[in-house]
Parts: sequence; structure tokens; C-alpha cells
Amino acid sequence: MNQMTKIETTLKDWETDQEVRWCPGCGDYAILKAVQRTLPQLGANPANTVFISGIGCSSRFPYYMETYGFHTIHGRAPALATGVKLANPELDIWLVTGDGDGLSIGGNHMMHVLRRNVNMQIMLFNNEIYGLTKGQASPTSREGTKSPSTPLGSYDRPANPCAFALGSGARFVGRGFDVSKNLPEVLKAAHAHQGAAFIEIFQNCIVYNKDVFEDFAAPKGAEDRQLWLVPGEPMLFAKGTKGIALDRDKLALTVVDVADENWASAGVLVHDATNRSLAHLLVEMPFGPFPMALGVLYDDPRPTFEAAVIEERAKSSAGKEPNLAKLLAKGQTWTVDDKAGHPA
Amino acid sequence: MATSAVIKPQETPAPEAVVVRFAGDSGDGMQLTGGQFTLSTALAGNDLATFPDFPAEIRAPQGTLFGVSAFQINFGSREINTAGDAPDVLVAMNPAALKVNLAALKPGGLVIIDTGEFTKRNLDKAKYDVSPLDDGSLAKWDVLAFDISALTIEAVKPFGLGNKDALRSKNMWTLGLALWMFDRPRDPIHAWLKAKFKSKPDIADANIAALDAGHAYGETAELSGPIKQMHMPPVESAPGLYRTITGAEAISLGLVAGAQLAELPMFFGGYPITPASAILHHLARLKEFGVTTFQAEDEIAAICSAIGASYAGQLGVTSSSGPGIALKTEAMGLAIMTELPLVIVNSQRGGPSTGLPTKTEQSDLYQAVYGRNGDAPMPVVSCSSPSDAFECAIEACRIAVEYMTPVMLLTDGYIANAAEPWAVPDPASYAPFPAKFLQEKNGGDTLLPYKRDAKGARPWIKPGTPDLMHRIGGIEKAVDTGHIDYSPQNHQTMTDARIGKVLGVTVPDQEVALGEASGKLVVVGWGSTFGPIHQAVRRARAKGLDVSHVHVRHIWPLPKNLGTLLHSYDNVLVPEMNTGQFKTVLRDQYLVDAQPLTKTSGQPFAISELETAIAKFFDGVPDNEGGEVSVNETQLPSPKAENP
Repeated sequence: MNQMTKIETTLKDWETDQEVRWCPGCGDYAILKAVQRTLPQLGANPANTVFISGIGCSSRFPYYMETYGFHTIHGRAPALATGVKLANPELDIWLVTGDGDGLSIGGNHMMHVLRRNVNMQIMLFNNEIYGLTKGQASPTSREGTKSPSTPLGSYDRPANPCAFALGSGARFVGRGFDVSKNLPEVLKAAHAHQGAAFIEIFQNCIVYNKDVFEDFAAPKGAEDRQLWLVPGEPMLFAKGTKGIALDRDKLALTVVDVADENWASAGVLVHDATNRSLAHLLVEMPFGPFPMALGVLYDDPRPTFEAAVIEERAKSSAGKEPNLAKLLAKGQTWTVDDKAGHPA
Repeated sequence: MATSAVIKPQETPAPEAVVVRFAGDSGDGMQLTGGQFTLSTALAGNDLATFPDFPAEIRAPQGTLFGVSAFQINFGSREINTAGDAPDVLVAMNPAALKVNLAALKPGGLVIIDTGEFTKRNLDKAKYDVSPLDDGSLAKWDVLAFDISALTIEAVKPFGLGNKDALRSKNMWTLGLALWMFDRPRDPIHAWLKAKFKSKPDIADANIAALDAGHAYGETAELSGPIKQMHMPPVESAPGLYRTITGAEAISLGLVAGAQLAELPMFFGGYPITPASAILHHLARLKEFGVTTFQAEDEIAAICSAIGASYAGQLGVTSSSGPGIALKTEAMGLAIMTELPLVIVNSQRGGPSTGLPTKTEQSDLYQAVYGRNGDAPMPVVSCSSPSDAFECAIEACRIAVEYMTPVMLLTDGYIANAAEPWAVPDPASYAPFPAKFLQEKNGGDTLLPYKRDAKGARPWIKPGTPDLMHRIGGIEKAVDTGHIDYSPQNHQTMTDARIGKVLGVTVPDQEVALGEASGKLVVVGWGSTFGPIHQAVRRARAKGLDVSHVHVRHIWPLPKNLGTLLHSYDNVLVPEMNTGQFKTVLRDQYLVDAQPLTKTSGQPFAISELETAIAKFFDGVPDNEGGEVSVNETQLPSPKAENP
């Protein structure tokens, strides 16, 4: 995001008159509401906000936001958004993509928008399936996923979106899920981050991959299965009775029991969102033996791409006069005069 | 090359035009030699055209046949349109260069040979069993063979360079000799060398010494008789300021000019590809003109970023060659659907697939006009020469901005690399076409992002403008409102609107480049075939043949009068460096019996090839003699050509 004048809006101001056409019960509805709730809290200006998407269920998102919106082509939203940002760095850009759009057909662009650090919020809705094309396995589908294209179960290993983002050079990696009440906080942190902010949002596809995230997202017992990371706070879950510590011999994370809220003596780590090594451990922390790491996994800004482009343009233009007539006549020239018709 | 320009010993009268080809190993610096000779020739006031021909490999193995790099220049005291057919003078820096290029040399022409490179090893690499210097095989040419390598080493001795470094100046020695032969000034080359090796004055001095030594050798050799100096008078040109320009430079400058005329900053998204990269390189140094260049991760990102920039209110431009254009195709459809301005430059090269990256072809015309999914109309403008590329780039910008549409600008590898003198235009002489942005709602209380103006263009609405928030995308849009709409009638209406808008683009009426507006035969060209067609038609007309030349810049939409014009000739011949693509378009559009003349060898047409083809339409005209007559005509029925 950019520093900007705060505008007073309500959730209604961010809704369009278009009928929302996701399947009833789709997780996308919850994400849409979370975004529409968050933007007024940020003081965002609809006229200065651009939602840019690729192709897929998630990518219908811009049609439902009363902002500027561009529903582009499959996988290419990061590239198009880069052009928008370079042309007008004042715009506040939200990218909406999915696991197929952002990690399969558009994986290359995702990598480069992250490594360049173009200032925008990138929401990757991960439902672990191709929804719009009727349920084929996606690059994040778990091994063994039965789908029309993998009738006996998929056998390719799933990609890990947050690990991909971090490996691509992302300076902000966050994670949330559609119906989580904490999602707006993750969005706000991403918006506050100057640079490319990557947010993986688990999203329930109720038609083709129903309840695939229930193991950690179900409200019942959620506190045992979700680790909400808050910078500066100890990594505690299960109502403070468990925590994440570092096994120094194995150089790996481990779950420790915490007695009497005495997390420090149990060796529980304090979350340092600027610690890249820790971020690598967190994005790879397997769910099952560990809770699902959610919230702000990593947040350590670096100068943005558009700032570098502006600076370079200023530097290379310094002291130069943009005189087209002079430019055209640059280099070694000769004059043919009127009388002789010969070079002078 | 109109007249014979054979250089005989002791022969002094200057011919009207001379073709010189510098050929050597790709590491010998032949392109630099040619480039500097070109500059010096332009400064001497001759008209000229050049043809660089280099291998695709960056450093092909030394001394091999496929590592030969050549640079041909045709210059003279009258108007020059082509790089010439057969050289009058061949400079061969090694056996491989001699072997590859000798066949093209005119009988009686002069060949200058560096004997220092005619070692057993190099002869083997060039697949010579016996040295051509010894077996009499060079008898039909004048041969000037001496040890340029040794002479260069001798000349740069005072600078203490090792043999390897000293031999790097061989090209400058050769250039010095060539400058003497044609009475060209050395000063510009001295200045250029000093600037180029600013931080290495020793190297600059060594090169200058080599250049001067080559020049001095010419004078000395003259005394002993093998060659004569020749002075070629300047061409009669229109008064004004001139410089030399390549197509890639001209396109870059034209795009900058176009953006200024549109009063827009320019965003250029590119990805490295031969021969299009030169445009990215030129523009990257013009930031002070409001140009942003972005080297994207791939061709798709290059065009998508340019579309994004256009959406945000700049003039988006992207550039590539055939394979990259293919990758951009889906995004072109998006620009057509969202009706955003965009200029796509295609520097065509030999295809398909990777094809011939460094050779020229015109085989992307179908791709430009038809090559997208859906009914996806797009204006196409094509450049016919380096200087024409400047005008065409401005024209492409104009159409893009005035009609809110992507435009394809076709150039090719030949135009991109070739140089010619250019009368520097006055930017103030072009009519501006300032872009307009919608500032308030255009439908009373509502915004209608797809409400069209008289030209059929929708408004350009920059994000960031208060109260004009709206959504666009690749899904079919409802008339006026731009909402998603899949209904049958709407798609019909919008398809018609997109087609109608592009067909309605105002393009100037087609003029006849040479000859009459009717007659027995018209030769219709487009793109870089201008030069050879023009010269061939000129020669045919000089023989009294009723033939005219029409050269089409606006490939789509075609000029409104073109159909009527073509039907006013008895025969229509369409030479193309492809298998007959424009011929198909003309047949389709006008039901005209356009006859193809095709060539896909990666080389431009020779004038003689076209003269031969023209002669077939007339009784009693013998085929033109000499040159390389090897046009691969297609198998399409051509009754008129066989029985004129």
C-alpha cells in the first residue's frame, strides 16, 4: 500500500450492484466480506484502489468490489499489475489469484512479482482444486486427490504456496482462511507492508473439495490446531498449554508443553517476523504433528521495485533536456544545402 | 546496383554506385568495420543501403564456414534503395569468408585477401584442399592478396601489444584501405575510436595507427599500380539535415515521437529476443522522455505489463519477434476485448519456431492479421525501410490512441539492422493526437465505460479518477455498461462493433510508388522488399515496360482505394519473403488474380530476381543477366505469368 489520505467509507461503499455468482456456501463469500470490512478500517479510497485478478473462481472477485478492477487472463495478473503500478505508483493494488492461476499457469509471474517486490497485496485463494473448470486436481491438491483428471488419485506432490513465496524472495508472507475472524488482521498487516505482500487464504470449495481444511479450520478444537503468529508474542497454542520451540540439535521446530504459563522456561520461541530463517521453518512446519501456522509468518520490508524504477528514471534523466528535435538530430550529421545539393 | 562498377586497375571514372562486402570471421569485427565505413560514406554525401549478415552464434568456432560474418554496403551518387545484389568488391579476411562469399562477387570484381590467414589449418577449416590463391580458381576476378595480418602487427608495434591483441586491429587496417579506395574521410573514425576507447588510450592509438597504415598502404600500392583510388561524387539530395539510421533506432525514435504527439508517458515492456532487443536497448537510454522500460520475465509478462500501463494511462508498447509474438497472442486478445491502446512491434525473422533468428523474412503477416482466437481484429502497419520505420511507429501510436486498440507494427530483421541516410524530420511538422481521459460520468448519473464515440472508440478511464470506478476484463462486455454479458445478441453487437471500429480506421489512400495508376503489370509489395522492387521496376520501365510499383503500408485495414487500383492493372505480381501471405489477403479482399513471387531463403530479394519475374509478363524481353537468380516460385497456378 501507499501512504495516503484516509477516506471514510462503510462496507456498503465497497459493494457493487452486480449479482455475486459463486456457489452458495463458497468460501469466497467470506473472503469478500472480510475484504469489504477491512478496507473502511484502513481508510482506503475506492477511486484509488484497483483489484486485479487472473482466471478462476477467485478471479471473479473484482466484479464485486466497487473499486477499479481488471479481470485479466489466466495467470498473468501479477505481470499486468506490475505495469499498472509502474505507470501509477499511487494506486493501491490488490491482486486476487488462486492455486491454479497463481502457482500453475502463472507461477512464473508470481515468482517475479515477489522477487521484484512490487508494492501490492497478493491474495492467493487456495482451495486445492480447479473449481471453475469443474474439479481437476491443482498444484496444491494433496497426493491421492481423486478428481475427473485423476480418477485413481493424484500422484504429483503438492506445492507449498508460502514456501514458494518465501523462496521467491517475498518480504511478507501471511496466512489465513476464509471464515477466520482473524483474516482482516492479516489483510491489514499485508496492507501496512511496503512491498509485495503474499497472503495464502485457505478457501473451502464446497462443490469439488469440500471441507478439505476442516482438520484445522473447524471451530471445535481450533485452538489446538491453529497457531496464530503475532510479532513479539510467544508462539503458543492450545490455550497457552503448548508452544513451539527450537530443537537445536536437529535445527527443527518442536512442540513443547507449557506449564503454568511459564513459556519462557519451556523454551517457547518469541515470534520475530523479521527473522527469515524462522520464516523458513514456519512455512515448512507440517500440519499434523504441528498446528497450522497462521497470521503474519514473515514481515521484513525492503525497498520496492517501483521506487527503484522511479529513482533510476530520475537519475538517468538528471540534467538531460527531453528535446525531441535534438534527439532526432543526434550523432554525426551532415547538411545538404539549397544551392549545390551537395553536403556542406 | 544499376550500373556495372567493376574496378579495373588504372581505371578512374567513378561508377554511379558500388557494392562492397566485408567478410571475415565473426570475431574479426566485420560489423564494426561495415558500420564505420557506412558512417564515413554517409558523411561523404553518398546515398547508401546496408545489409549486415551475421551468424546466430555469438562466438562461432573461429575460421569455420558457419562462423562467417559479412556486411554489405551499396553506395553511390544516385538514389540507393537496396543493399545491392552482387558485390563489386569483396574483402575476405580468411579462407572461410572467401569461400562463403566468392560466388556472389561480380565477374571482374575485386577481391582483397588477407594471406596471413591462409594457413593450412584455416584452409582445412574452410574445406579447401588446395589454397585458392595457388590453384588459379580466382582467375575471373582481380585479386589483391597480401598479408594484412603481418602489416597490422607491424603498424601497431610501437604500442607494445601482444600478437593476439595487435591482430584485433586488423579490421581497422582493412577499413583504412577501404577508406582510401573510395576517398572517404578518416576523421570521423579517429573521433569514434577515441570515444570508444576513452579509458584505454593505448588501444585507441593502436587502432588509429592500424587505420592510418591501411590508408597509407592504399596510397603506396597505387604508386606500384594494382588499384586506383576512386572518388564518388555526392548524391543529389533534397536540402536539409541528414544522419544515418537503422530501423531499430528509427522505431525507437518514432515511438518516443508518437508518445509525445499523444502527450503520454510511454511504458515499454520487453523481453530479450533477436532481432527485436535493439529497440529495448535504445529506449532504455531515453528515460528523460518519460519512457519507462521494463525487462519482463517473459514475453507474456512484457505485453501484460504494457497493457497494465495503458490501463493506468500511459502508452503501453511491447516488442518481439515471431516466437515471442506467438506467446503474446492471448494478451493481444485481452487488449482487443478491453479496448486499450497498445503498440506491438514485431521484428520478423525466419520461422517457424526458432527458425532463422538472425535472418530476415516477412512470414508473420498471417499472424499479424489473423493470428488470434476469436474474431479479434487489429490494425497492422508495416515499415518499408529504416527511415519509413519512424513514420510508421508514429502512425501506429496514432491509431492505438485514437481508436483505443492494440496495433501491430511490422518490421523485419533486415530493416532493424540495415542503415540508410535519413533526412532528420522536424517534430513540429507532425499533427499531435493528444489522448483524452474521461473525467466525469458519461451517461448522466451512470458511467458507461463502453459507450463509443463517432470513431467507435470507448473512453479511456484512468484508475485513480474519482467516481469512475468500473471493472473491465476479457469476458464479453455488455454494450455501453461493460458489465459481463453472455447473451447472443450482445455478443453479435459487440463483435460487429470491434470489427467495425478497426475497419473504420482512417488510413491514407494508396499511392503508386513508381509508374502509372493502371497498365499491364503492377508489382505490389509491403515491408522491406521496397528497395529491390523499386529498383527492379525502375529498370524495367527504363527498358520501356509498362510496369508500376505499389507499396502498401497499411496492411489492415487496407487503403479504401486499393481494390479499385489493383483491378486497373492487367496483372498483379506480389513478391514476398514468405510463401505468399499478402497475396492471399489481396485475393480474399479484392478477388484479384494476384500472382505470388516468393522467397524464403533468409536473404532479401535481389533486384535481378525481380527483374526476371517482371520480364515473364512481357514478350521478347530476355531474362536479366548476372546476379543470383534463384527465386523459389510457389506451385500456385500462374497462367498469366506463363502466357502473358
